[in-house]
Amino acid sequence: MKYKSLGIFLIISSFFLTCILSIWKIMSTLQGLSFTNLNITQVFSIGILISLTFVLIGTKINHLIKIFSLSFIFSILYFYLNETSPYWYTFGVFLITLFFMHKLKKYGMESLKEDFISEKIIFDFITLFGIVFFAFVILFPFYIMLVTSFKTQIALLVNPLDFSLDFSKSLSELFKSYFVIFDTYNFGRYILISSAVSIGTVIVTLLFAIPAAYAVARLNFFGKNFLSTSILIIYMFPAIVLVIPLYTVFSQLGLRNSIFGLLIVYTATTLPVAIYMLQGYFKSIPKEIEDAGIMDGQNWFGIILKIIIPLSLPAIASVALYVFMIAWNEFLFSLMFLDSPKSFTLSRAIQYLSGDAETPRQYLMAGSVIVTLPVLFIFVYFEKYLVSGLTSGSVKG
Amino acid sequence: MSNTLSKLEKRTAYTLVLPAVLLVFAIVLFPIFANVWISFKDIELKDIRIPEPRAKKIVKSISENQSELKIIYKLRNSSLIQEIRNVRFQDKFPKDISPINLDSRCNFQSKKVICNFGNWEAKYRENFEIIIRNNNSETIDKRLIKSQKPILSGKADNPLLSTNFTLENFKKVFYENNFVELLLTTFYFTFFGTVGAIIFGILAAQLVNQNIQGRTYMRGILLFPYVGPVVALAYTWTLLLDPNSGTLNALLVNFNIIEKPINLLGQKYITMSILGFEFKLRLALTTVIFFEIWRYFPLAFLFILARLQAIPQSLYEAADVDGASPIQKFIHITLPQITAIISILFMIRFIWNFNKFEDIFLLTGGASGTRTLPINVYQQGFAVSDIGMGSAVSIVIVMLLISFMVIYFRLIGKRANEI
Repeated sequence: MKYKSLGIFLIISSFFLTCILSIWKIMSTLQGLSFTNLNITQVFSIGILISLTFVLIGTKINHLIKIFSLSFIFSILYFYLNETSPYWYTFGVFLITLFFMHKLKKYGMESLKEDFISEKIIFDFITLFGIVFFAFVILFPFYIMLVTSFKTQIALLVNPLDFSLDFSKSLSELFKSYFVIFDTYNFGRYILISSAVSIGTVIVTLLFAIPAAYAVARLNFFGKNFLSTSILIIYMFPAIVLVIPLYTVFSQLGLRNSIFGLLIVYTATTLPVAIYMLQGYFKSIPKEIEDAGIMDGQNWFGIILKIIIPLSLPAIASVALYVFMIAWNEFLFSLMFLDSPKSFTLSRAIQYLSGDAETPRQYLMAGSVIVTLPVLFIFVYFEKYLVSGLTSGSVKG
Repeated sequence: MSNTLSKLEKRTAYTLVLPAVLLVFAIVLFPIFANVWISFKDIELKDIRIPEPRAKKIVKSISENQSELKIIYKLRNSSLIQEIRNVRFQDKFPKDISPINLDSRCNFQSKKVICNFGNWEAKYRENFEIIIRNNNSETIDKRLIKSQKPILSGKADNPLLSTNFTLENFKKVFYENNFVELLLTTFYFTFFGTVGAIIFGILAAQLVNQNIQGRTYMRGILLFPYVGPVVALAYTWTLLLDPNSGTLNALLVNFNIIEKPINLLGQKYITMSILGFEFKLRLALTTVIFFEIWRYFPLAFLFILARLQAIPQSLYEAADVDGASPIQKFIHITLPQITAIISILFMIRFIWNFNKFEDIFLLTGGASGTRTLPINVYQQGFAVSDIGMGSAVSIVIVMLLISFMVIYFRLIGKRANEI
């Protein structure tokens, strides 16, 4: 029994070590190092040896000394068995091994005798592996997007794997793509249009949604239940089935290529979810507070303005941020309604840029960074509000 | 007293709700019904512009002291296919100026030239001239004349409002459009995209729910693909997967994992052999599905995580006392607690993936076997310019959606209220 769990422990742990070292190697290859072999079997076998030594030593020597010396030995072995590599790479290998050894801390010959230890080992390492895997898979495209925008077309053609940044160049050289898209492709204007449309959508949506949500949450009127169910059903209908009729009507009314037209459409499509999110929150406000307002002789508008809005600022903030992100990221309607570069939004401008096969990719990526950064910034900064908004029933996208 | 109050309440409620309802009605509900109308019409993109009379004004001097000017109006019918009836023309002039030898269709009164041009057939063009003279033989300001724009009006049929109906569009949708393949591709994409997103969502939620350091950061990072703008993400992936200079192919070739770059987004089928059996995989479609999973598993993750965090810890402690293994705990405690949210997520994600347009459009444009119903709406309506046909495909989507929703409310509508 003990040997079976020992075997599982060795295989799983070395597998995990091999995975993170491979990711490290891939990332280093993208810094211009010329590796051509992942050496999976080699790394795996020294991994097994080191893990075995680790368990065999057990608690005979201090944990820190043990992990430092073992990682050191591992790095030296790795250095000699592998292709020539610079010292920073080997140092990275050393740090990774150190981290790995530290994670092994709770395992020893004794702990391998526990109940269900094999399952626990598998769960532990799958968790570790999963976190590394998910973080890598998610962040890698964002990383490529960012570094590509700093490269030049020629450098990328010479070696498509070299994403290292040359900091010896002047800043204006490094940020050249950004200067070009602002100067030549007018991105400053598109940022303004996108911001105007998104902020405008937020304001108009809130103006329409707050009263409506209050009525749905608090007042009794004929058709109220019908209204609150239809909000959800309407929300299920996609933009693509609205596009043709809206396109024809907007063409005839001359609303295409106008920011105003875009604003109406964005407002109407975000209204259902805004009402839904807000009415849920309004219902949670104790009714007694409003009764006090009625006693003071406030009318409904006074109640909304002086009681409801101040009390539900967090919910309003989360709706506002959510609507802002929908409007900022929206693509389909801006593709359909805007064909003059004078009125492009950022998303539409990037799509327009990519339509020309000659456009160097670093410009495209610089544009992508510009459109992505504000959203990610807002998201990271206001994560708490947004996550509560996302989970309160809004699953569009 | 209470009666008047409730009346007042009703009136207030309608005032509060009405603006929002009207707006949603105009922009969301009206188009859904308008689709029905358009789908029974033989109408193309070029038909939707209402024809209008247009005039371009050119001013030329014909006398030396510029007391006489010739004005040429280049008149035309903007439409190539439709006539305009009862075209009226009007242009204004400064005082002391009068036209000479005015066209018989026009008359001059109170500083205005007003003309009735009658009917203009499609493609109608005419160079219409007026010669004007200053009554006191003074110089006329050319720029002032030029800045005054003529006003034209006329009546034309709006092909959208005519009452000619046809079943042709639906016939084309079902018989000439590879409809079965279209439907299969859509369902393949929708189903695997949904299932994949939920599986990865469960895995990620299970990971983040453990006691690990930095789990709030991890939660934030996991949501990045969902909150990022689709245009930026789709183009980044297109670059990554590019066969000629894409990073992924370059890496795989560099480490000798594959010999030749694979065109992941441009190749319809790839032949794989597993255990001697050869089968064809829809390569581009699979890639698009993986992008879809990458982008939307965060949402499933968020919902499942919220549910996992609500499971009482005492359940697990009791299981520990009983000596349950981690796998048993997952199967017997965690899984039953999240089945409800998973079924809701499945239905909602299924509907949303079914409607997905942007992701596929930006990655492949619907080429190499990734043509789904929403992509087809765009292709028919705007690439082929057949608005009626595009609307007919939209109607098919709406019909399918309604049937999904009926199933949804039958199956788990009740359960949704419990959560």
